[in-house]
Amino acid sequence: MAELRAPDECGVPDPMPFMHPTLRENYGKWVFHSHPKPGVLYHRAENGAEVWTVKFGTARQLDGYTIRLLCDLADKHADGHMRFTARSNVEFMLTAESKIEPLIKDLNSHGFPVGGTANSVTMISHTQGFLHCDIPGTDASGVVKALMDELHEEFIKCEMPNRVKISTSCCEINCGGQADIAVIMQHTKPPKINHDLVANVCERPTVVARCPVAAIRPALVNGKPSLEVDEKKCICCGACFPPCPPMAINDPEHSKIAIWVGGKNSNARSKPTFHKLVAAGLPNNLPRWPEVGAVVKKILTVYKADAQPWERMADWIDRIGWPRFFEKTGLPFTKYHIDDWRGSRTTLNASTHIRF
Amino acid sequence: MAKKLHDTPMLDQLESGPWPSFVTGLKREAAKKDIMVDLLGQLETSYETKKGYWKGGTVGVFGYGGGVIPRFTELKDENENPLFPDAAEFHTLRIQPPAGMHYDTATLRKFADIWDKYGSGLIGLHGQSGDIMMQGCSTANVQPAWEEINAMGFDMGGAGPALRTSMSCVGAARCEMSCYDEARALRTIINANIDDMHRPALPYKFKFKFSGCPNDCVNSIQRSDMATIGTWRDNIQVNEQLARDYLKGHGMDKLVNDVISKCPTRAITLRNKADAISGDSISTVAVDDQHVIQIENHDCVRCMHCLNVMPGALLPGKDKGVTILVGGKSVLKIGATMGTVVIPFMKLESEEDFEKLNELSRNIIDFFAENALEHERTGEMIERIGLVNFLEGLDLDIDPNMVNHPRANPYVRMDGWDEEVEKANERKAAA
Repeated sequence: MAELRAPDECGVPDPMPFMHPTLRENYGKWVFHSHPKPGVLYHRAENGAEVWTVKFGTARQLDGYTIRLLCDLADKHADGHMRFTARSNVEFMLTAESKIEPLIKDLNSHGFPVGGTANSVTMISHTQGFLHCDIPGTDASGVVKALMDELHEEFIKCEMPNRVKISTSCCEINCGGQADIAVIMQHTKPPKINHDLVANVCERPTVVARCPVAAIRPALVNGKPSLEVDEKKCICCGACFPPCPPMAINDPEHSKIAIWVGGKNSNARSKPTFHKLVAAGLPNNLPRWPEVGAVVKKILTVYKADAQPWERMADWIDRIGWPRFFEKTGLPFTKYHIDDWRGSRTTLNASTHIRF
Repeated sequence: MAKKLHDTPMLDQLESGPWPSFVTGLKREAAKKDIMVDLLGQLETSYETKKGYWKGGTVGVFGYGGGVIPRFTELKDENENPLFPDAAEFHTLRIQPPAGMHYDTATLRKFADIWDKYGSGLIGLHGQSGDIMMQGCSTANVQPAWEEINAMGFDMGGAGPALRTSMSCVGAARCEMSCYDEARALRTIINANIDDMHRPALPYKFKFKFSGCPNDCVNSIQRSDMATIGTWRDNIQVNEQLARDYLKGHGMDKLVNDVISKCPTRAITLRNKADAISGDSISTVAVDDQHVIQIENHDCVRCMHCLNVMPGALLPGKDKGVTILVGGKSVLKIGATMGTVVIPFMKLESEEDFEKLNELSRNIIDFFAENALEHERTGEMIERIGLVNFLEGLDLDIDPNMVNHPRANPYVRMDGWDEEVEKANERKAAA
């Protein structure tokens, strides 16, 4: 075996050498921004230095050709620098207003949508799915591609009341995160256990401890040590599956898709909020998930028409109330919308505040 | 030239439409690399059967215990031979980006070249924790690929029960809302605790995130065990020219409906100039010759709304610092929890300030390591032991900013009341 090189434990790189020079020179000295048009931001520093940022969407999963194409475009238009946002958009920084239109033309000719700023529907924060996850109920990149095709116009225009952040997650662990609209896999059946494998693959006490409702217990099945699930207690969350793959939770038919709305991480106006369940039981209909797209678009259409400027999804629902949210979107309100998890009493209406 | 592509009728349907297609990208790599031909084969199978076919394992690099996400195919024939042998190993290397995700093109090209040489060519920019995801590597190629990446000055990210890769917003690099040097804070904490990233030995994952202001663009309250968020203590700064420009451009109805009536604590008032009030905690700015808006800064909760709507006209104060919140996490196991305040305000400017933040982070990780149960996140631990035990363990002062409201039930033993009142008086005297 060849001699192995000890790692250089260098940690997080200093961003300064990588940063666009105008950003580096004015670090901590910005005083103003504006939004000249969708996909374009303008920033001014205290000494009058100016920078125009052009933001555009990508597939996030980038092949070598695309990365090199981005580099060629950044060399040609943006002094050889770029940055990525937390939602996988790319930002090119320009030092003159005159550089904006030629860049946008070039980006569009290569199929990159320019937008995602301010009150648009920005890129969907998402997970790994079938491409790389070991526990996915569905794909991630495919859902995002299908949804963003549908929402493309809302990305390149800024016509929403406020910004809209969407996320997708291929299981209930919700790696995609909280969002104005979250599209999340929801299992509806308890795990199917392959009792031949449990003893060899799973550390049983660990699996028992993972269950949020204590529905799993050790058992002897067909003479082999295994685990059993109290299916009346089971909430089908899938928490047992990662530490014990023989407890198959993913089900091509019964793993459904749920939609949640009103998550907000910003402290602006109201405190941050978690998203709330509004729809479920949607089929995992690959490769384009049309039923999911239809519900997302329906919610966005009502929000766009009904919310006041600057109201995020959560602010809007807070004003109109949940009954009217369900009425306006036409989504059915069911017993599953009423929380019974710990702390759920605080989610009930302990008042006569009712809108008629 | 790679081998012939498998038929992918399902994936092919994701090549049309206006949004950039990851399938088209995968196919471009598949024209060159057998690993990507077979990856497309496995992915198409997943689309047909609605099942995932990856399992984890143990793959790493010399000297580190984490940072590689191993993936071995489970799609095998009756003789245990992989159906898609060239993608039977498809590991990911998690690499930490520069704070704020800034790049020059030479660096990105180098990543692309290394991944052409050793991997599938597919790079995710970025993962949900902020990693550069170098995806699709055979077990044999992990070490040599890593050595070339490491030689560029880039280090492995976190995975498993460890300190995780961190994120900060664009912040001071290009935002007037920035209240501290986010990149410096991120690098100070992460690089000082890097051993806990590379050698996973914590009860479960631990994440730090850094946002320059309460807009919290990297979602630190919901997604990190310790959130560092910029804020300020003094009055909102004003710029009269830009305030007048706002009114000229938007009109009085927008000023009233979008700015004043959306203030969550009713801290802003519109007044005739003649009726303007004065006081140390009032920010006043004229919006035209007749009207001023006034902000009572003691009532303001620093939510950012009015600053967002009137950029430049209203700016964070000069006495900047950070609020620290602890305990944010996602669903497993008790349900999602948000971070809650453990330090309402601390300065973050001098060398000593950053050292204090660094010490706090080290103490919190140590407390977590010693007190959390296996697979328990910090937020769950605090829920189990109570916030006060956590604060006392860390020697942090209690503060009414830590609660929405005081206790609403009498179920507590309070025979230490007099001593606690004494402590409260001491804190008051020391402040």
